[in-house]
Amino acid sequence: MRFSRMIFLLILLTCVVLAVAPISAQSTPETLTIYSGRGESLVGPIITLFTETTGIPVEVVYGNTAAVANQILEEGANSPADVYYGQDAGALGALAKADMLATLPAEIVDQVAPAFRSPDGLWVGTSARARVLVYNPALVEELGLELPASILDLTDPVYKGLVGWAPENASFQAQVTALRVLLGEEAAAQWLADMVANETVGFGSNNTNLYLAVANGEIPMGISNHYYMFGILADNPEAPLAHHFFPGKDPGSLINIAGAGVLATSDQPEAAQQFVAFLLSPVAQQYFTSQTYEYPVIDGIILNPLLTPLETIEVPEIDLSDLDDLQTTLTMIEESGALD
Amino acid sequence: MCLLDGLLVMTIRTRFTGLKVISFLIIAVVSLPLIYLVLRASASGIDGINYLLQPRTLTILSNSILLTIAVVIASAVIGTLFAWITTRTNLPMRRVVLILGLMPMVIPSYIGALTLVAAFGPVGYLQQILEPLGIRRLPEIYGFFGASFAITIFTYPYFVLPVRAALLGMDRSLEEAAQSLGCSRWQIFWRVTLPALRPSIAAGALLTALYTLSDFGAVMVMRYNAFARAIYVTYNSSFDRSRAALLALVLVALTLLLVQLERRVTHKAQTYRAGKGTTTITKKLRLGRWQIPAFGFCAVLIGIGTLLPIGILLGWALNPHVISPIDMKLGEASWSAVTTSVLTAVVVALAALPLAIVARRTTSYWSRRLVNLTYIGNALPGIVIGLALVFFGANSMPALYQTLPLLILGYTVRFLPYGLAATGSALAGVNPAFDETAQSLGLRPWQRLFRVTIPLTWASIIAGMALVFLNTMKELPTTLMLSPIGFVTPATRIWMASEAGMLALIGLPGLILIGLSCVGLAILLWRDNLKG
Repeated sequence: MRFSRMIFLLILLTCVVLAVAPISAQSTPETLTIYSGRGESLVGPIITLFTETTGIPVEVVYGNTAAVANQILEEGANSPADVYYGQDAGALGALAKADMLATLPAEIVDQVAPAFRSPDGLWVGTSARARVLVYNPALVEELGLELPASILDLTDPVYKGLVGWAPENASFQAQVTALRVLLGEEAAAQWLADMVANETVGFGSNNTNLYLAVANGEIPMGISNHYYMFGILADNPEAPLAHHFFPGKDPGSLINIAGAGVLATSDQPEAAQQFVAFLLSPVAQQYFTSQTYEYPVIDGIILNPLLTPLETIEVPEIDLSDLDDLQTTLTMIEESGALD
Repeated sequence: MCLLDGLLVMTIRTRFTGLKVISFLIIAVVSLPLIYLVLRASASGIDGINYLLQPRTLTILSNSILLTIAVVIASAVIGTLFAWITTRTNLPMRRVVLILGLMPMVIPSYIGALTLVAAFGPVGYLQQILEPLGIRRLPEIYGFFGASFAITIFTYPYFVLPVRAALLGMDRSLEEAAQSLGCSRWQIFWRVTLPALRPSIAAGALLTALYTLSDFGAVMVMRYNAFARAIYVTYNSSFDRSRAALLALVLVALTLLLVQLERRVTHKAQTYRAGKGTTTITKKLRLGRWQIPAFGFCAVLIGIGTLLPIGILLGWALNPHVISPIDMKLGEASWSAVTTSVLTAVVVALAALPLAIVARRTTSYWSRRLVNLTYIGNALPGIVIGLALVFFGANSMPALYQTLPLLILGYTVRFLPYGLAATGSALAGVNPAFDETAQSLGLRPWQRLFRVTIPLTWASIIAGMALVFLNTMKELPTTLMLSPIGFVTPATRIWMASEAGMLALIGLPGLILIGLSCVGLAILLWRDNLKG
């Protein structure tokens, strides 16, 4: 019977494929595995450039910064990750606190100002970003709104239902950790509760969608990171978007870093360190400021002229390595109802 | 091959023992996710119970139940009406209307929801059209309304198919009798037609309810805090992953309840069947002045559910100004999705065959009972299977972690019920005497399997495989959680692009996905034609 032979062959073929699949799926030992909490659209090109420059093949897990850090903690010693690349000093700090990161060589770490790296050399910032209030000037005027003087004023009823945030995003989580460190646990929890009660509009982990909602007039303002605006303006120079930096060293003007660390369990620490060093190379640093509109963390890079110079932002006094208690922050955000 | 042969030789010596051994192995593997979920959730002990006793859990539970009820009622009304119009009236172009009306089945809910937001969002395309009229924004689409709207639009076909089948197979003499007794058309519909449709509507309702509870895409896009979203967000934004497992267990309990309900109803439904009766085709109801409203109803449904999403995807795909900052890897993604889906379909079909034989051909209470366990896939939403297998892979089986086999295992658990239903129903139609005769003629067990059982059931098996293929192609949550590193499918690329706010980039992968799903659907329809 022809048909049964065909089925039989199909079965045989499947068995062979199933037997071979795990072997081919297994990464070759030379492949560097990067767990990235930054999106592919932002860092995919620079990772490709790393492979082109060094010839080191790379595979990347993309995800949410906290989730990917969590994943490493869950995997423990089994983790295939060699490098963790996240967009929040807090997540890096949490991994360092769990003894998951190896010390980086001084010649890599010392390129970066102490404010933007771990005091023990366990992680290093690779680009900096500012927290900011983004607003739609036309809509703010139309609604007769005043721009708030502090992030704490966003709980005012005049902003009810008018402010957007991205509570699942790592940068927002770091913002909450900063509030906890600067104002205390109770005040931070109260701020979250008041924001939720004020019907703040959630955008999940998605700051781009928050910016787009402000640009197209769905909401007049939102708290986010600074760099999303320039990508949208590049596509549409007419987009009604503007930045407002909270004055007076307000917690809402936190400067955070995206950064990287090498896993203590990495089976190829040298290539992993090479990747971190590459992120700090002039090429990568220039990419960050030109293409992702972030602030470079080494000297001698020409700042993207669109960006507000860091020196002019009144930054709150906080040590980024104090943001490492991510766990308490995540619990606080979850219990506030911000994620619902 | 030798192993296969050996196990099947056991079958001939001790009737079905070999198959039972294989079946129990399959059942053990398939129950892994649930076992791991319970282990992981129970690890949190008393804290876990306290966590679940928070009002938040109750809110998520009531959100999910509310959504399910709304979707079931709305889909039932729309689906039944649509099925009735396309089978019983003289609506022009009925076949085209029917096929277009079934198309939403191949549109994944996340694509549907994304295009609905693009069209009907506060400042979507509709608002832009209405802008000259001074309308600055439309009412909020996000939340309960948007989620139930999106899921309804993409689930009503689940009612159309069974209701249409029931309408076609109905004993028409009952309606004619009612007519001769002086009932109006309306009275006939309420007092004769609708009661006869009750079993099919009930079956559609439970299918839709299960679909709604497990839906991930629409509730994520519409930001509605039902279980699937709550589990995903908790998993992503909490250090204590046992919390996600706890929420998942509550969802499993809820879906198990529904599955139990379904078994009761479908069991009862069999007693309702009217037998062959007379299914002679009587003349279609003349719509007369109702023709325009009936046509309008179908047009709106097709417009929103089929033409709008495909149109918007086309618009995005053809927009020359869209430049992707990254490589979308669509060729690679499509190839991965097709091969994995075919592989899953084959694995499911292979796993379903022994299970179905044991369930149908043995009399042992326990074997039947155990085979029923595999239907648990129906009660395990993709997000839950993904979560459970991540725990399993990361902690107990690092060799399998982030590999294709684990992903395919996830798909298999999820879609095994489809394969079982297809193979099981086909086996029910095969006289066991054929197999026994072949045995008495000295055929070896594997010869019997290939020369008797499979040739008699292959059309149904292929249909089951097509269904599994179709669903694996568009699967999102399990894929997101279990993908090997670097593994991409059109579904995960769409998800990535929408997360990055680059909606226009989902145009092409969206169309590819729908196109490939249509292939699966075509196989299903082709098999229907085969049956005559």
